Amino acid sequence: MHELGITRNIVAIAAEYAQGAKVKRITLEIGKLTAIFPDAIRFCFDVCCQGTVLEGAELDLIEIPGLACCRQCQAEISLEMPYGICHTCGSTDLAIIQGEELKIKELEVDAVCV
Amino acid sequence: MCVTCGCSDDAQVTITNPQTDEHTHILSDGTVISHSHSHEHNGHSHTEEAPQIHAQIHGTTITVEQNILAKNDLLAAQNRGWFRGRNILALNLVSSPGSGKTTLLTRTIQDLKDRVVISVIEGDQATANDANRIKATGCKVVQINTGTGCHLDAEMVERGLQELNPPLDSIVAIENVGNLVCPALFDLGESAKVAILSVTEGDDKPIKYPHMFRASQVMIINKIDLLPYVEFDCDRCIEYARQVNPHLKIFQVSATTGEGLDAWYHWLGDFGF
Repeated sequence: MHELGITRNIVAIAAEYAQGAKVKRITLEIGKLTAIFPDAIRFCFDVCCQGTVLEGAELDLIEIPGLACCRQCQAEISLEMPYGICHTCGSTDLAIIQGEELKIKELEVDAVCV
Repeated sequence: MCVTCGCSDDAQVTITNPQTDEHTHILSDGTVISHSHSHEHNGHSHTEEAPQIHAQIHGTTITVEQNILAKNDLLAAQNRGWFRGRNILALNLVSSPGSGKTTLLTRTIQDLKDRVVISVIEGDQATANDANRIKATGCKVVQINTGTGCHLDAEMVERGLQELNPPLDSIVAIENVGNLVCPALFDLGESAKVAILSVTEGDDKPIKYPHMFRASQVMIINKIDLLPYVEFDCDRCIEYARQVNPHLKIFQVSATTGEGLDAWYHWLGDFGF
């Protein structure tokens, strides 16, 4: 259940960026090939936000699909798991080029506009 | 760097129109992206003709673009430099509970004691049992109890190293918490992750826990002396492991009988030990 620790990390980083402003929405990018289960992040999020500027914030989770490049023939292959077989040459030597993201993309905070 | 799309000014062409404040990026694949960085007012306007004082709370977007594990990765990079500066080979031993990590470690320490100093950082949720087993071999050991934590992180290792104070030109073995999921995510600054699995487990573990076997450089199949009594197919296990990670270095050993350990020691020897 490392998602709890990771969600705490997310809340801490976001609170630092918000500089005291109330956070309305947070957008995360989670690659499908990371060992992170998005539902577990959602599950932990509300608990971790309690008593912080993120309390009540909306969680926007963008899942980035997995993509690899074959090291033998350079074909691009979409992946569901962090491994696979090249559909063109059959090699398993794949370089993952997308899907390992684990990133806070942006925050929407309350700001007073005069 | 453009904070909206993350594109880099020096790597890609950026064309900015000062009138509209809109700029265009041409990405390496030829995609053209146009956007502005102007302040949006979500439906309310500021007009010059009728100045009025109004305060309205509206949403402002802060671009963060920060890796969630950035802090750990930074500390891991510091640890890596620390090891390199002292010519220390750091191994992160990962496995399920009960695969024989500690037995393999104590055996390795004893067999190589005339060749190299091995110091150990022991990670467990609770107890100092493993540290005591290692201590009995006469080598330096520090126990880290993670409590409810399911993995070691770079900061714990950094603190452990200060306590351990390993000598120059040696090996530091970091025995991670028995867990094949979380430790895959947390770089500790090691030279290599060594995944250990025993023949009393399923031979499909490499594809059941692909993140770990993909992140590892070495796989050790332990307890091969028990092969006659279990339904573990070594060839199938290796085939699965190669599917996940074709570059894995694989050793088949028995830490109890010593079978196959020479190849493992030979691999350690390639680092100058």
